[in-house]
Amino acid sequence: MPRLALMMEDVSKQYRLGEVGSGTFAHDLNRWFAKILGRPDPLAPVGREEDQIAANGKLMWALRGIDIAIEQGSVVGIIGHNGAGKSTLLKLLSRVTAPTTGRIGIRGRLASLLEVGTGFHPDLTGRENVFLNGAIMGMNRREIQARLDEIVAFAGVAKYIDTPVKRYSSGMHVRLAFAVAAHLEPDILIVDEVLAVGDADFQAKCLGKMEDVSQKSGRTILFVSHNMAAVQRLCPQAILLEQGRVVMEGKTPQVISQYLDSAKVAMRLTRWEPDYCPATSQVRLYSIAVRDIAGRLDSLLSTLNEIRIEIDYALLQDIPELRVAIQLIDADAIVLFSSSDCLDKTGRKMRRAGRYRSICRIPPGLMTVGRYVVQVFIEVPLGDVLIGKQEVQFEINELGLNPLGRTVKPVPPGVMLPILEWQIQELINDASPEAA
Amino acid sequence: MTSSQDRWYSAGEWDLEIHPQRPWLAIPVAEIWQYRDLLLLLVRRDFVSLYKQTILGPLWFLLQPLLTTLMFTLVFGRIAGLSTDGLPRILFYLAGVTCWTFISDTLTKTSETFVQNASLFGKVYFPRMIIPLSIVLSSLIKFGVQFVLFLAFLGWHLFHGAMVHPNAAMLLLPLFLLLMGGIGLGLGMIVTALTTKYRDLRFLLSFAIQLIMYATPVIYPLSSLPGEYRWLLMANPLTPIIEGFRFAFLGQGVLHWLHLFYSTGFMALVLFVALVIFTRVEQTFMDTV
Repeated sequence: MPRLALMMEDVSKQYRLGEVGSGTFAHDLNRWFAKILGRPDPLAPVGREEDQIAANGKLMWALRGIDIAIEQGSVVGIIGHNGAGKSTLLKLLSRVTAPTTGRIGIRGRLASLLEVGTGFHPDLTGRENVFLNGAIMGMNRREIQARLDEIVAFAGVAKYIDTPVKRYSSGMHVRLAFAVAAHLEPDILIVDEVLAVGDADFQAKCLGKMEDVSQKSGRTILFVSHNMAAVQRLCPQAILLEQGRVVMEGKTPQVISQYLDSAKVAMRLTRWEPDYCPATSQVRLYSIAVRDIAGRLDSLLSTLNEIRIEIDYALLQDIPELRVAIQLIDADAIVLFSSSDCLDKTGRKMRRAGRYRSICRIPPGLMTVGRYVVQVFIEVPLGDVLIGKQEVQFEINELGLNPLGRTVKPVPPGVMLPILEWQIQELINDASPEAA
Repeated sequence: MTSSQDRWYSAGEWDLEIHPQRPWLAIPVAEIWQYRDLLLLLVRRDFVSLYKQTILGPLWFLLQPLLTTLMFTLVFGRIAGLSTDGLPRILFYLAGVTCWTFISDTLTKTSETFVQNASLFGKVYFPRMIIPLSIVLSSLIKFGVQFVLFLAFLGWHLFHGAMVHPNAAMLLLPLFLLLMGGIGLGLGMIVTALTTKYRDLRFLLSFAIQLIMYATPVIYPLSSLPGEYRWLLMANPLTPIIEGFRFAFLGQGVLHWLHLFYSTGFMALVLFVALVIFTRVEQTFMDTV
């Protein structure tokens, strides 16, 4: 059996919600007195959830009973919805905060790429910051000195290494910071894609470095991401978290499909209660739906289905030049296209107060199989974005027609799959090219 | 559960085990040693960043105590006419200011450990104790520079035959430094640990420090107080340090081993409490900030 790189046993993490400042001093005193009098801690975690809510009503389990064992050299994806406990898990591993119960064992040095640029001081030179940053991440001076040239070359800032980093462009800043993190050479590397903000270039670099590291033997990687394509590509195994628990652990394709199944239910319709809808003084957004041609929300979509995106909203006053726009984004976060209801005949006129539905029809034979996000923007061109970035998700599961004919791969490559017109012309003469 | 426990033990020795609560008094000495380069780099960062983009640069180290001394000489010496135990005013105040700056700098900066470094602590682990230690070290270096200034003034006065009598008690300087640094560090660590929960303390602190300064014989000698109130001042564990320092270098002041013993006991107690609270808070403070 391969050695374990990391193990979590019955790990839980509890947070206290709400204002920490108010009343906690009283709570603390209460606790303290109870302790002195030998009574049980009135605020301690107790067995049943109900008791707990009764005791305080403000406690929340971010993680519950996590048992994970990860072998050395494996690359594991951690997926789950927002709030499933992914970030908490990372915080526990990187020892930023302590677990409430359980224990964690770690073998070797653990580092995470979410620490990029931690502790950079604007007044210090690039070189000084490399040392400081490296030391914060646990390297000693000798180790950093040995890698300095490599780091500087990787970041491409050799000329400016003795200039204070506040004079760096933001790109140089990020490159240098990443270079330090990338040369840390930990035994266990944690990559949090959500936190690795930056341009596409930078993210690609992160992923590239990960692949690089994962190929070297003995390195263990935990990859936390919303990007299923990236998880699929990098991680043979995955762990699915839901509401603070591990609900599935195994081969990545199965785990991802379970994740998508659990996500599907509410996916194709985003609807808000009247009191909670995104709203401004001028406009209220009620719902966004992705329907098939029959108006259904729960059907399987194929690449040959027409897809309708319906946006229901109300205008509270007359708005000239209003525009309801969408952006269609694929699983790799690439914006495939944007469009707006200006294309309607009446789209450019003054829109009176009242209720509206804008419907965008995506013709059959355009999109390929995959998961998509529709982002809706309600805005006034050259003016304000009234409501921005409200989303709905959908998935096209079935390949209606494969324009490549019979292929080995289930889905032809490409981000889109338009049914284009082709002609095959037979040229009359013989096969010699000169004759054509 | 049993199977996972078996697995835990069969996995062999872990390099690192994370548990909900560390022992209530755990000083990660080995870890701090491992991170010693970080400690030195942080000290360096403090100095470099503090005086970059100031015209006078490191000269401020000398100007700060000089200006304060000058102000004290004017206000408390000339105008208020407070006694200086017969010592030259400049020397009297400079001694007080140099010591007091060390204590109050350590205390103030240490007390901001968690709040100032929240974003850093939120991302990466290193022994949190490194930050307070780097502060003590920075303050100590600053003290060193100002102490040299003080010695220069002392030399000048000696040369001109002023009534000052440096004596063998000067050998106690390391003890004085240990006491000042230890008490400043301990109080600062307690305050910073408490401020993660009770923010009000931050605002109270600057008043408290001023108050302590007036309750310590910094700008007046112990001897200027009437005998029946002197015990009140002696209850302040900082009093023997400042008085002792003045006695050692200037020849006027009260130095008694019993007083120093009292201060040492106080320091030990404060540091003990500080370590316990700090260790507790450092593990979970990210949940409350």
